Amino acid sequence: MNIAGNTDISSLRIRAEKIRKKILEIIFNAKSGHTGGSLSAVDILTALYFNVMNVDPENPEMSGRDRFILSKGHSVEAYYCVLAERGFFPKEWLDTYGKFNSPLAGHPVNSVPGIEVNTGALGHGLSMGTGMAIAAKMNMLQYRIYVLMGDGEQNEGSVYEAAMAASHYKLDNLVAITDRNRLQISGNTENVMKLERLTERWQAFGWNVIETDGNCVEKLLDVFLNGIPGNGYPTMIIAETVKGKGVSFIENKAEWHHKVPTESELKDAINELNQRIFKYQKSTQGQ
Amino acid sequence: MSNTIPCRKAFTDTLIAEAENDKNIIVVTTDARGSVTLGEFARRLPEQFVELGIAEQNGIGVSAGLALSGKNVFVCGPACFYSARSLEQVKTDVAYSNAPVKIIGVSGGVSYGSLGATHQSLHDIAVMRALPGLTVILPCDIHQTRLMTKELIKYRYPVYVRMGRGAVPDVYDETNASFTIGKANTLLVGEDLTIIGCGETVYHCLEAGKKLKEKGISARIIDMHTLKPLDLEVIKKAVEETSAIITVEEHSINGGLGAAVASEVVQYRPIPMKIIGFPDEFLMHGKSAELFEHYGLTSTNIVKEAYNLLHNKDS
Repeated sequence: MNIAGNTDISSLRIRAEKIRKKILEIIFNAKSGHTGGSLSAVDILTALYFNVMNVDPENPEMSGRDRFILSKGHSVEAYYCVLAERGFFPKEWLDTYGKFNSPLAGHPVNSVPGIEVNTGALGHGLSMGTGMAIAAKMNMLQYRIYVLMGDGEQNEGSVYEAAMAASHYKLDNLVAITDRNRLQISGNTENVMKLERLTERWQAFGWNVIETDGNCVEKLLDVFLNGIPGNGYPTMIIAETVKGKGVSFIENKAEWHHKVPTESELKDAINELNQRIFKYQKSTQGQ
Repeated sequence: MSNTIPCRKAFTDTLIAEAENDKNIIVVTTDARGSVTLGEFARRLPEQFVELGIAEQNGIGVSAGLALSGKNVFVCGPACFYSARSLEQVKTDVAYSNAPVKIIGVSGGVSYGSLGATHQSLHDIAVMRALPGLTVILPCDIHQTRLMTKELIKYRYPVYVRMGRGAVPDVYDETNASFTIGKANTLLVGEDLTIIGCGETVYHCLEAGKKLKEKGISARIIDMHTLKPLDLEVIKKAVEETSAIITVEEHSINGGLGAAVASEVVQYRPIPMKIIGFPDEFLMHGKSAELFEHYGLTSTNIVKEAYNLLHNKDS
């Protein structure tokens, strides 16, 4: 089931769009959330959880499972919606998001089934992933560790401590993904604190670097399933994304980093997503 | 009584002996092989040793990742850096994520005295005690350090340990040393007042207790090796059975042993207290022993403060 050739790409796309609807609903209900970064990361999370990672929602602590760390913890709404859709916890939990005593905090917590570590402070995930990758090598186990990072997050110095260590220890079981949406709270990443040339930066740290379209599940699957070399180097996938992807009036606007949609904005967004889902369904039926 | 082995060496020797038979024990360090005395561990058990270079934030984060993958992790380096540079990783990756990492901060307090405030850790008890889920321990001599190390190998929760750099006089010997996490040791029984120390100050408290005894004052001497969870029973008994409490710590007077004990005492039944520690300032430059002397972390000054406290109570 983890082979791209057998994957129904359309149904994966439909799933991602449905998850986008749920993300907007829970952010609207909670009156709080990180809309833009959640929408940009949906396709990456959907591809990983539905077609790439070896995980078992019935047994979330299964030994030998692939590990995932959401280092950009503020995209938690996308993470929770994907985990619920994958069956790690009841979908009803999503309705409690933002409410007092909800099991779902505003950044990931590992008391939630399927979540490995608590994140939210940026620049931590790659170090923890490096530790998990060293442990896998020590135990001679074959699982991979995936760390999803923000691009703005890469302003944090600790990221580069981990970057050094991962290549020093030849952790080819470690796969980092940059959600390269080019926006952080204060504006364009290149104006706030220049990141380019990002590919060459990671190469200089001793990483394989693969650039792809981070909002295209088909291209993502091709990279995850066929493109990661087991050559003794960790891999960084620079996933070019659009912040707020999927809703035209949210896309590419820095203010939507943590803006909450109004009721009419939510309605418009759901309509737009429904139209796209309808289009995908129609094209599937036409095949 | 004389001893030439630093606590950090007693720790690493004990850990090597245990780790040779337990491949799950992993040591992580941040270019601190010499400071911690880890050279032998690295040579004998290279497969269980992870060097991360001068990168404490990554050191703590990697340790959390290893621990959450089932490894029994001891991350070892200078207390001053782990309790400040990587504090957010200690808070988030270790304490909040409940990763059972044992953080071993060496050369703590004013061990590096003359190197200045960059290398001193006089805030570590305060910040580490404020993190939920973190156990905080300061062993006082090599005998207790050996027992503590064996206990920590079995312990499956996050821990911060602070040890000094130099060799310190024995408080215990091989037959009478005892260590249970969260349970303070009473070294001298007494009814007039209670003197509580932790880490290196315990020896000075004990010496003060002996001097006071010669003068007819009966001081109860407590080794509060675990700063969190604090032994509340021993504090309540001190309040009920003695008339004053002195605390002595190699830490700022803000937020350390004295503040922790005082907080319990005032909420239970206030009695006179004196907190001996380093003042709220960057210290004079000097060696560890010179700073202890200058700032009054000595048996002579503890005796003086005991007289003051008992005299003021009577007046």
